Amino acid sequence: MKLWQKNLILIGLVILLAVIPLVVCQGAEFGGADGEAEGVIMELAPDYEPIFSPILEPASGEIESLLFALQAAIGSGIVFYCIGYMMGKNKKEG
Amino acid sequence: MKRSLTNVYFLMALACLLPLQTHAMHIGEGMLPAGWSIAWGVVCAPFIIYGFLNIQKRIHATPKVKILLAMCGAFAFVLSALKIPSVTGSCSHPTGVGLAAILFGPGITSVLGLIVLVFQALLLAHGGITTLGANTFSMAIAGPIVSWLVFRGLKKTNVSTAVSVFFAAALGDLATYVVTSIQLGVVYGGFGKFLAVFALTQVPLAIAEGLLTVVIFNILEKYSKSELKELAVV
Repeated sequence: MKLWQKNLILIGLVILLAVIPLVVCQGAEFGGADGEAEGVIMELAPDYEPIFSPILEPASGEIESLLFALQAAIGSGIVFYCIGYMMGKNKKEG
Repeated sequence: MKRSLTNVYFLMALACLLPLQTHAMHIGEGMLPAGWSIAWGVVCAPFIIYGFLNIQKRIHATPKVKILLAMCGAFAFVLSALKIPSVTGSCSHPTGVGLAAILFGPGITSVLGLIVLVFQALLLAHGGITTLGANTFSMAIAGPIVSWLVFRGLKKTNVSTAVSVFFAAALGDLATYVVTSIQLGVVYGGFGKFLAVFALTQVPLAIAEGLLTVVIFNILEKYSKSELKELAVV
């Protein structure tokens, strides 16, 4: 099997893994979970006061998603630059 | 066969109906008492220092692998930005540090993981500065150590490299969550509660992380074989 075929199948499986919960758990909120983690802590230790709060909090959900998108974009930019570099070098040497 | 399939569906549906309170990856800002926050920071310090020295040594010995190092850092950046829905009806994200652990070992990986965590804590209010030590320990130290041990262990057997990579990345991801549950459990009690929720949410994500790590590894194996040999990965 060619490399791209193998990888296409693997990526297809990842997409499937992400889609199955959406179909199976239709009523669910799919909330970001860290906030809920704090809920569990509050349940176990109702008197606990967080010792510190975030220095900078994204002004809204939109801005948070902007920052997450930027993080992914910067990361994948570098990943694919490196892949391109390796392929070019490989071609030159091979 | 059909019956077991029905059971699986039933269990999945049940998992969705349970009023689970789940969490994503990191322990939120201020959610650990000061003593614990400092203690985890102290525990992490030697690993990070060792990692920094190790990076210098590595790059000095084999300058060619610099590009792989950049790529591992970037890969962790991408994966930890992807919040993926899980069967518990909440979202979590992979860690992405398994690849670095497989290629460079846990020391160097701890530094890469720390960079990702600092970025998320400062800009995204995800994780936190006070809990940076605890989060670094679970995601950048404990998980990568598991990944590295699994990979090195499987390499000695007859298992193919791709399969070793898959299990190393997936189990490292799961280990991170188990450690986070322990970290919360020792402070608040209810370790089982944290763990049950964590493990269930993270299982599909750990599999996704394993698969994506294999995707990148396949590419590296084809186009960067000599570097992988220098790192004694293949």
